[in-house]
Amino acid sequence: MSFHPPMEYAPTRFHKSERELAEPGGGFTYTPENQAKFDANVKRYPADQRKSAILYALYLAQNQQGYLTAAAMRHVAQQIGCTAAEVEDVVSYYTMFFTKPVGTYVLNVCRTLSCALRGAERVTEELIATLGIKPGETDPTGTFTLLEVECLGACDRAPVVMVNDDWHERLDPDQVRVLVDAIRARGRAAFSGCHLHKEKM
Amino acid sequence: MAYEPSLTKYVGEPNSYTLDFYLKHQRGYEGLRKALTVKPDDIIEQVKASGLRGRGGAGFPTGMKWQFVLKETPKPRYICCNADESEPGTFKDHVLMERNPHLLIEGCAISCYAIGAKVAYIYIRGEFHHVQEILEAEIEKAYRAGYLGRNVLGGGFDCDVYVHRGAGAYEAGEETALIESLEGKRAQPRIKPPFPASAGLYQCPTAVNNVETLCNVPLIVLNGPEWFVGIGPEKNGGPKLFCVSGHVKKPGVYEASMHTTLRELIYGHAGGMLDDRPLKAMIPGGSSVPLLLPDQLDTPVSFDHIQKAGSLLGSAGLIVLDDTVCMVWLAMNLLHFYRHESCGKCTPCREGCDWLFKLLARLEAGEGRSKDLDLLSGVSNNIIGKTLCAFGDAAATPVLSTMKLFRGEYEAHVREGRCTLPAGWRATHPTLVAH
Ligand SMILES: Cc1cc2nc3c(=O)[nH]c(=O)nc-3n(C[C@H](O)[C@H](O)[C@H](O)COP(=O)(O)O)c2cc1C
Ligand code: SF4
Ligand code: FES
Repeated sequence: MSFHPPMEYAPTRFHKSERELAEPGGGFTYTPENQAKFDANVKRYPADQRKSAILYALYLAQNQQGYLTAAAMRHVAQQIGCTAAEVEDVVSYYTMFFTKPVGTYVLNVCRTLSCALRGAERVTEELIATLGIKPGETDPTGTFTLLEVECLGACDRAPVVMVNDDWHERLDPDQVRVLVDAIRARGRAAFSGCHLHKEKM
Repeated sequence: MAYEPSLTKYVGEPNSYTLDFYLKHQRGYEGLRKALTVKPDDIIEQVKASGLRGRGGAGFPTGMKWQFVLKETPKPRYICCNADESEPGTFKDHVLMERNPHLLIEGCAISCYAIGAKVAYIYIRGEFHHVQEILEAEIEKAYRAGYLGRNVLGGGFDCDVYVHRGAGAYEAGEETALIESLEGKRAQPRIKPPFPASAGLYQCPTAVNNVETLCNVPLIVLNGPEWFVGIGPEKNGGPKLFCVSGHVKKPGVYEASMHTTLRELIYGHAGGMLDDRPLKAMIPGGSSVPLLLPDQLDTPVSFDHIQKAGSLLGSAGLIVLDDTVCMVWLAMNLLHFYRHESCGKCTPCREGCDWLFKLLARLEAGEGRSKDLDLLSGVSNNIIGKTLCAFGDAAATPVLSTMKLFRGEYEAHVREGRCTLPAGWRATHPTLVAH
């Protein structure tokens, strides 16, 4: 017996989650190299704690196809020995995983205090003007995705922009166009990289 | 007497990160060799005698933390090195790992020996990918040279050090959230007790320590606790890294003793104020701590002195603000951060941060009402002290602190219906920049 008052089962009255489901994607399996990398990484953890390798496993999948589809998450679940729901739980928490296609270059502009004090908001504005897209969007050619992120831990080199896994530091707003053109022309070679590699502190 | 850096003396040298350089210039792995000749408990005693306080934020004595690690158990024990470094204004661990990685590796090995662990995991934030590559390559070299692995230096001690990459989450820096993340889950804190010292990683006894903390361990073993104590004020000994960012001429990481004053950091090490503008306020310990005013410039940057001055040393991330900074904007900027990073586990923090941000954004846009000010303090006071982890207090602090010191600016925003201090370095069209 139910104590709930009778409910109207009209679909419009239902709370509809705004969550977008991950794209199903085609069949996904690791390349042999990635499978070998995963098998080596999982040995870092006790044999009954394979789940510890989940972030690593997801990075492998994301690097392989650019973003994480439902099929990729299912593959990771099989590798780890957990449910696909557990994998999705993790993916949806961390900011560095993508469940939609992103551009070849993901421009992550740090927007937190120290960078903002040195012009990060202006950098974002210049990028919006140069690329014609807003934060969160990818340009029609699939070259650039623009994102605003929180403190990257390099506040002395503000404003900081992380491009994929590479860093570009001390980006003056008036240098933004130059950088975008340079990336278009030369790709990764256009990044200035982390300061510590290059200069004396 | 001039201060002699010991953590970062060589970080400007091109090869400072290599094993050869470390062995040649920094008496590399002598500390580990020395440690293995004494009993593990002696190492803990030495660290206790040094008074080393955690460099991750809370300043808790490291020796004491290690002593709490449960010994009477058949379970393995673990060291987790906290290299998440995500507190806004903090960028010191980055330098240590990139330019002096062997100091950290040696620190991990000695710490494992001290608490009876065989494995240390270095949890590094996902964005530090370039640092991770260097660190892993150097760990590999340490293995090959016999400083890690089976039977370290022939002393019968086994030790593995692994790097574990996070994936973008500030909250993963909280120690129990770090453990959850390391176990392959969402980085959400656990309810304490039990503390990690009794049930941490995989429910085994665990010590979570910051990178800079562990880097001090080889120095203490090598130079003795007295050397360490002699460097700073009472109970605030040892070398310390300070991160200076914001409106200064030379932002950067500076090593100094905790005798140093805020004035010396800003006007000495960091070269003074950008464009020689007046100083308006300082945040001395990363974005989570109360602001200090220019009349407190002569406060030494020690845990105890900064606390007495009404703030916290936290992660020693000093953010310097000149007279162009609008305090309502500042609070809004930081609440955007906290709203985004709240792990969502407890209601006051999850809902409160969002609410605070929206109120601040409304004020900053000139649409605030005077009762919003009461609402801001009301919401903040309903977060502080009512959350599972220290994040909640951290998030409410920028609001309460700016409201206390600069209430006039809040009132002016309401009265004039606009931001009263729009600086040139801010967005020209604020609505375009996402909120
Ligand atoms: C929200 C939050 C974020 C934290 N972030 C970090 C961090 O990024 N790095 C760090 O070392 N400690 C961080 N801590 C402090 C850790 O919880 C913990 O106290 C520290 O790692 C202990 O190391 P220590 O004793 O060597 O300082 C954070 C704490 C909280 C509450
Ligand atoms: S205070 Fe915030 S960050 Fe900490 S557990 Fe609660 S919701 Fe998560
Ligand atoms: S605020 Fe941008 S790197 Fe810290």
